[in-house]
Amino acid sequence: MSAPFRDMRLAHTFNVTLPESDDFDFWRERARALVQCEVPPDRIAWVEPGSSGDLFSHGDRRLPVPPADAPPVRASKAFVQLAKSAICHSEPERFALLYRLLWRLQTNPRLLEDGADPDVRRLDELARTVRRDIHKMRAFVRFRLVEGEAHGEEHYVAWFEPEHHILRANAGFFTRRFANMKWSILTPRGSLHWDGQVLEEGPPADRSDAPAGDAAEDLWRKYYASIFNPARLKIGAMLKEMPRKYWKNMPEAALIPELVAGAQARESQMVAAGTLDMGERPETLAAIDKAIHACRMCPIGLLDNNAVMGEGPRDAALMIVGEQPGDQEDESGRPFVGPAGQLLDRHLERAGIDRRSAYVTNAVKHFKFVQRGKRRLHQSPTAKEIDICRWWMEGELAIVQPKLVLAMGASAARGMLGKTVSISKARGAPMPLEDGSELWVTAHPSYLLRLDGPAREEQARLFDADLAAVKERLEELAG
Amino acid sequence: MIEKLGILADAAKYDASCASSGTTKRNSSGGKGIGSTEGMGICHAYAPDGRCISLLKILLTNHCVFDCHYCINRKSSNVRRARFTPQEVVDLTLSFYRRNYIEGLFLSSGIVKSSNHTMEQLVEVARMLREEHDFRGYIHLKTIPEADPELVHQAGLYADRVSINVELPTDAGLVRLAPDKSARQIEGAMGKVKSDIVEAKDAKKRFQHAPRFAPAGQSTQMIVGADAASDADIVGKASRLYDSFGLRRVYYSAFSPIPDASAVLPLKRPPLIREHRLYQSDWLMRFYGYKPAEVMQATEADGNLPLDIDPKLAWALKFRERFPVDVNRAPKEALLRVPGLGVRAVQRILASRRHRTMRLDDVAKLTVSIAKVRPFIVAADWRPVLLTDRADLRALLAPRQEQLELFAA
Ligand code: SF4
Repeated sequence: MSAPFRDMRLAHTFNVTLPESDDFDFWRERARALVQCEVPPDRIAWVEPGSSGDLFSHGDRRLPVPPADAPPVRASKAFVQLAKSAICHSEPERFALLYRLLWRLQTNPRLLEDGADPDVRRLDELARTVRRDIHKMRAFVRFRLVEGEAHGEEHYVAWFEPEHHILRANAGFFTRRFANMKWSILTPRGSLHWDGQVLEEGPPADRSDAPAGDAAEDLWRKYYASIFNPARLKIGAMLKEMPRKYWKNMPEAALIPELVAGAQARESQMVAAGTLDMGERPETLAAIDKAIHACRMCPIGLLDNNAVMGEGPRDAALMIVGEQPGDQEDESGRPFVGPAGQLLDRHLERAGIDRRSAYVTNAVKHFKFVQRGKRRLHQSPTAKEIDICRWWMEGELAIVQPKLVLAMGASAARGMLGKTVSISKARGAPMPLEDGSELWVTAHPSYLLRLDGPAREEQARLFDADLAAVKERLEELAG
Repeated sequence: MIEKLGILADAAKYDASCASSGTTKRNSSGGKGIGSTEGMGICHAYAPDGRCISLLKILLTNHCVFDCHYCINRKSSNVRRARFTPQEVVDLTLSFYRRNYIEGLFLSSGIVKSSNHTMEQLVEVARMLREEHDFRGYIHLKTIPEADPELVHQAGLYADRVSINVELPTDAGLVRLAPDKSARQIEGAMGKVKSDIVEAKDAKKRFQHAPRFAPAGQSTQMIVGADAASDADIVGKASRLYDSFGLRRVYYSAFSPIPDASAVLPLKRPPLIREHRLYQSDWLMRFYGYKPAEVMQATEADGNLPLDIDPKLAWALKFRERFPVDVNRAPKEALLRVPGLGVRAVQRILASRRHRTMRLDDVAKLTVSIAKVRPFIVAADWRPVLLTDRADLRALLAPRQEQLELFAA
C-alpha cells in the first residue's frame, strides 16, 4: 500500500448511515470495504437510520474504495451467524462492536473461541438477547380474528411490541406456520401482512389499529386458568420466562393476579376436601384446636410441627395475640412458654395484669421454621399465610368475645386487621373493631429480646407504657 | 363448552409433560391447513405454577371406570364430570392454534365404556386433525395400555409422540394404588411402541414414503411420593425404562393433594424440591455422562437424594478424591463432573483454554457462580488445597434454606 494512501486514511473519519436498523447485508458490504482499506474501528461512526449520529458529524460519507489487490476479508461462519442476530439488537453500539470484531478477526481468525474476551462476550450477549426476543415473539403474538367484508373471509391481526428489530427476521416463521391464513402483525416498528401468497411490509402501527378482542379469548382464558396446579405456585419461574413487559398484549395475562391470589384457596380446597369441612367454622375452642392440627391451608402446616392453640378463660375480657408458636411452644403445645413468653409474663406482672385472666393466642397456629442441623430457626410468616390462618383466630375471637385485643407485633396486627400497620404509629391508642371491641397494638416481646443496652431500655419503657394504658382501659371497660 | 373446557383442563393439570419438541420439521406451505414444527417447541405462555403452556392439554373425558387411588378421576371420586366429542376437541385445537395460543394438542382421557372404545376416540381426534384439516402442528396422545395394540399403532401414525404412563415407580405400588392396572401390560405396550418406532425408522431408510410413526418418540410419567419408593428406586426404574424402551423422556410428577383423596394416600404432599432433584439426576444421566449407579451413589442412607443440595454436588462431596480438576488440562468428562459447571460452561472452557491459560477470573466469566465451582477446580492462579477436605464444605455450599421452592410464593 502506498504511503499517501495511508496518510489519507489516518486523517479521515467515516460516517456510515444504515438504510435499515437490521440491514446486515448493507453493513457487511461497507465493513468489508473498510477493512480492506485498513480503516481502524475508532475512525468509523455507524449511524442508525433516523438518528443524527453526532459522534463524528464531520465524518466523510464517501467511503474509500479498496485497492484492487486488497486481501480478502476473513470472517468465520460462526461470526456471520452471530452478527446476523446481533445486528437486530436495539443497542446503537452494535455496528461498531461488529466492526471491531471483524477487524480483530483479520489478525486472530479464531478469536470467537475465546469466550473470556469482552468483545466476544458482548457479541454473544447481544445475539442471545435477540434470539430470545425472536423466540418470545413467536410465543406471545396473539392473533385476533376480524371477519372480512365478504362472508367467510377471515383475517387474523396481532399487535406485538418487540424490543429489538426482529420483525423481518421473524417473518418466515409466521408464513411457514400460518401459510393458508390471511394475517397481519402490527408493531410500533413496522408491520407485516400475509395474504396467503405474498408477504408485504407496512409502516409502523398503533395499538388502536389492531382489534381489541376475539371471541375465542374467553375459552383460552378459561383454559389458562384451569390448567395450572395451584398446589405448586412458582411465580418467580413464571416471571422469568414471561416477563411483565409482554403481559399487556396477552389476553390471559390479565388473570394472573387473581389466579395467584386464589391459588391458596384452590389448594386448600384440594387439600382440605375430605378431611375438613371448611364451609363451617368450628363452634367451640376444642373443635378449633382439633381442626388446626389437621389444617394444611398454608405451607406452614406441611412442616414437621404441631399446631398450638390459644389458652385462657373462654370469657376473658382481654385477648393477647402474638405472632406464632416458637420452638418451645411447638414442643409443649402451649402459647408463650419460651423466652418471649417469660419476658411477657414479667411485664404483665409489672403492669398489674394477670396473665391467667387473659386469653393468649397467636395469629398463626403453626411454627414456621427452617432446619439448620439440629436447630429449627424461626421464620416470619408471610402476609398471605397470616391472612389464611386468620380463619382460626376469627373463630377464637367469635367464641371468646374479648372487650379488648392486644396485638403484639406486626404479624399479630396484620392478623387482626388484614393489612399491615406500623407499630410505632399504631401503638398507644385504641382502634375500633367491627364487633364493638377495640384493638391495641404494641411491639412483640421477642423484639425486645433482640435489643440490648439503651435501645432495649427505651423499648421496654414503651412496652410498659402500652401495657399500663391497656390495664387502665380494661378497668374503664369493666367499670 | 366453556364449563366443559374448565373441567377437562383442570383434570389434565396433573400431567407433567407439556413438551412439544423433537419431532420432524414440517410446515404448512403447500398444504391446505395450518401448522409447523421447527425442532424446538415453543412455550406460548407460562402458568402461575411456573410451567410452560405449549399444548392444549385436555382430557377427552374425566369419566373413568378405573379406580386408581392417586387419580382425581377415579371412579369413586365425586368430581364434576364432563365429556368432549372428538369434533369439539378438533375445533378447539384449530381455533387456538390459528390464534397462536398453542403448538398443538396433548390429549388423554379417562377410560369410558372400554379401553378400546376410549382409544378409538383418541385416535379419531388425531385422524380428523391430520386427514380432514391437514393439521401440521404437534400432537401428543396418551395411549391406554389396556387397549388393542392395533389401536395404539394407529395413534403412533397420527401423533408426534405417544406416551404410556408407568404411574408408579414400583410394581408393589401399582398393585396397591392402581388395582385395575398391570405393570406387565404397561411395559408390554411400551415395548410394542418401541418396536413400531424402530421399524418405521428402518422403513423410512428404505422407502421414502414409508409412513412416519411417532417421530418425537415415546415418553412416560411416574408419580413421586404417593408410595414409599425411594429416589434410588425411582432412578433405577427410570434408567431401566430408558434402556429397554428407548424413551425420550421420563417425567416425574410430585404427588399433588387431590380433592377427595383416598385414605390410602399420605396426607402430606412431598416437597416439590424432590421432584426437582429427580429431574436434575435425569439431566446428569442424559447430558453429563453419569451412570444410573453413580446417581444412586449420591443418595443418602435412606435411598433419597439430599434436598438441600443438588445431586451433582452430593456426588462430588462423596467422591472428593476425584477433585480438584484442573481446568487447563482435564478432559471434558472430568470437567462435566465439577459442581457448578454446566454443559455450556464446559464447552466454553474447552474453547477458551486453547487461547489462554485459564485463571480463576477467566473461569468466573464463563460460569454462573464461581463460589460453587472454586473448591473443585485448579486454575493457573488457584489451588484449593484444603477446601475439599473441609468437613463443613457441604454447609458452605448448600444454598440458603430460604430458597426452598415450597415457599416461593
Ligand atoms: S399456619 Fe395456620 S393456616 Fe397454615 S397450616 Fe397452620 S393452622 Fe393452617
